[in-house]
Amino acid sequence: MDLNLSDEQKLLRESAERFVAGSYNADHRRKMANDPLGFSPAVWKQFAELGWLALPLPEEFDGLGGGAVEIGILMEAFGRGLVSEPYVATVVLGAGLLDRCGTAEQKQASLPKVADGSLKLAFAHSERAARFDLAKVATSATKTAQGWRLSGSKIAVLDGHAADEIIVSALIHDHHGPSGRIGLFVLAATADGLAMSDYARLGGGRACNIELSDVHLPEDALLGDGHDALPAIEWAVDRAMAALGAEAVGIMQTLLETTLDYTKIRKQFGRPLSANQVIRHRLADMAMQVDEARSMALRAALKMDAAPTERARAASGAKAKIGKCARFVGEQSIQLHGGMGVTEELEVGAYFKRLVAFDTLFGGSAHHYARHAELGRKA
Amino acid sequence: MDLTFNAEERAFQSEVRSFIAKNLTDEMKRATALTPSVFSDPDIGMAWQRALHANGWGAPGWPIEHGGPAWTPAQRWIFETECARAGVPNVNVMGVKMVGPVIIGFGSPEQKNFYLPRILSGEDYWCQGYSEPGSGSDLSSLKTRAVRDGDDYIINGTKIWTTHAHHANRMFALVRTSDGERQQDGISFILIDMKTPGITTRPILTIGGDHEVNQVFFDDVRVPVANRVGDEGKGWTYGKYLLEFERGSGIASAKLREGLKAISDLAESDLTGRAIDSPDIASRISEVEIDIDALEMTELRVLSALQTGQNPGAVSSILKLRNSEIRQAVTRLGVDVIGHDALAVEPMRPLYKLNHEPPTPEEMLTVVPEYLNGRAYTIFGGTSEIQRDIIAKMMLGI
Repeated sequence: MDLNLSDEQKLLRESAERFVAGSYNADHRRKMANDPLGFSPAVWKQFAELGWLALPLPEEFDGLGGGAVEIGILMEAFGRGLVSEPYVATVVLGAGLLDRCGTAEQKQASLPKVADGSLKLAFAHSERAARFDLAKVATSATKTAQGWRLSGSKIAVLDGHAADEIIVSALIHDHHGPSGRIGLFVLAATADGLAMSDYARLGGGRACNIELSDVHLPEDALLGDGHDALPAIEWAVDRAMAALGAEAVGIMQTLLETTLDYTKIRKQFGRPLSANQVIRHRLADMAMQVDEARSMALRAALKMDAAPTERARAASGAKAKIGKCARFVGEQSIQLHGGMGVTEELEVGAYFKRLVAFDTLFGGSAHHYARHAELGRKA
Repeated sequence: MDLTFNAEERAFQSEVRSFIAKNLTDEMKRATALTPSVFSDPDIGMAWQRALHANGWGAPGWPIEHGGPAWTPAQRWIFETECARAGVPNVNVMGVKMVGPVIIGFGSPEQKNFYLPRILSGEDYWCQGYSEPGSGSDLSSLKTRAVRDGDDYIINGTKIWTTHAHHANRMFALVRTSDGERQQDGISFILIDMKTPGITTRPILTIGGDHEVNQVFFDDVRVPVANRVGDEGKGWTYGKYLLEFERGSGIASAKLREGLKAISDLAESDLTGRAIDSPDIASRISEVEIDIDALEMTELRVLSALQTGQNPGAVSSILKLRNSEIRQAVTRLGVDVIGHDALAVEPMRPLYKLNHEPPTPEEMLTVVPEYLNGRAYTIFGGTSEIQRDIIAKMMLGI
């Protein structure tokens, strides 16, 4: 057991923090918020050059073999600058699923391109009727003579607009009807029968809803050999939640520091806000919750390779706890900034909105407390 | 970074388990489970301390030259976790974890030679003389006075909330030896033999029905000047140092986890009509478990960053606050889980020596007293409000 960062991990943290502090300022964020793409291709290219796109990919496919802890280090720094590049969609979810489920040929065809920045991915899984239940998939993939035919609707596809290829989950229908198995299918974003409606995402970046109407795919569009992909989906979403949790920690840390500075400068009744005990105690609670969130994000990352139930409980625990901390720290940051906190003139609101998006994504605290309890009973 | 144990750590875990299996008697285990106060009774607690000491494990946090085992952070965590899991007695921490580090840090060679071995062996049983009726959160306003008379101090005044003063043979106390410019000046740290003439002890019953704390009166109590630790008038510095150990040392999460397990076992039992089947109870158990996970990770991070014997500093306030709040959440949940059985009061103590049939099943006996007495967790050792003051000042600079 060892909880100290290795020298490589320290180096990664330093370079990520330096990059974000240097390249991500308020002007850049405003520009991205009004940009139809929502992120900068030039920055994406730099991510590739810095080795961050290759970071968690296996070495045999041009990756660097990093794990969830390394992803977390990067994501925490991303949070501090409110980075909007499609890192989670492409590297954590997309490449993660490809690596987990793909055949050697499929991995060879895609992962090196993810690493060099020439291939962006998205994962289309959520459906309106399923709410946050990962096992509930109505989109169908029917076996045809030539391959597969996909139909259905997906919502909240992170950064789908930017993706070259989209990984779609669908219930496999064979000659006997629904098989009960979920398959993962790789589609070109330009595939016939695929309609995308894209929108700006709360807190930065974009997302889309997707309609699939009889999309015809070749045999090898299916990742792997057709085993039920649900365990892989649960793993990928757990890993994404851990990554987003680390990002939320970075966001909260920035909000805490910004709010702390403001309460020292802002004077009312002839003294700084921070001279009041009620304000100091609020900030102490915020600091404590940022620290708890940091512990939970790290814990989820360190449990990512544990047995599935242990991993999932750690991920749900982190999601629920960090979500609660995020709401508190975000809401109190606005409260302590007073009227200015509610305006678009300060960036506090932008950071807060990203935290609200985090809490909502993949299910909020209530959902994850219940999942944690349910998994505990099975364990 | 790694949360899993390597082969050496697993071997140590087996060593701890077999030590516990050999030394923890059924009597100790039952007495511990049925004690709704902070510390085990001295006969139970000190029997365990003697067993630990005989194995060289009497003071896990001490430097090796004073008898510490020089464990790695992982070993300390394994030890605490295994002890909590097995339900070993809650040894009074006043000796090993509180006055011990102060004597190691600031005591004279003679004091080290005399007191430290007696703490390790359990020969001495310590209590803490800090709070006074007029000095709670504002501790440095304390008025118990020590006046120099030759080679002695003559002490007059009173201390309150003194845990196990009625069992202790020694007290470490903060007393006023002079009046300085600031009220923190002129306080000295003194070791007092509880058998000295002029000391009387009055019991105070807490709302759970337990006698754990006392008020202690000093009436012309003569204590040798040689019993002062460190410099005269510097006691506030030593006392604060000790409080940081009190708040931040050790691993509280392991015990919280066992406390929660006892409650969730009850929730899964027919004794409570399977309270766990209520989605609200199930979610609340998860919420508390997740809070414990977070505290445990923070403890592990702090433990990894510190060398053995180092003082944890202001982060100890975060650990103290969260530990106390989560403990209260566990006990609150307990009351809700046992339902109608929460109405029953068992006034006799100790609960492990009742000579009649108790009003509820035995595993529920401590639930309400622990909840009631447990209100003190956010008060003693510095209230939650004081901890937030410390976090704001020391960590945020405001």
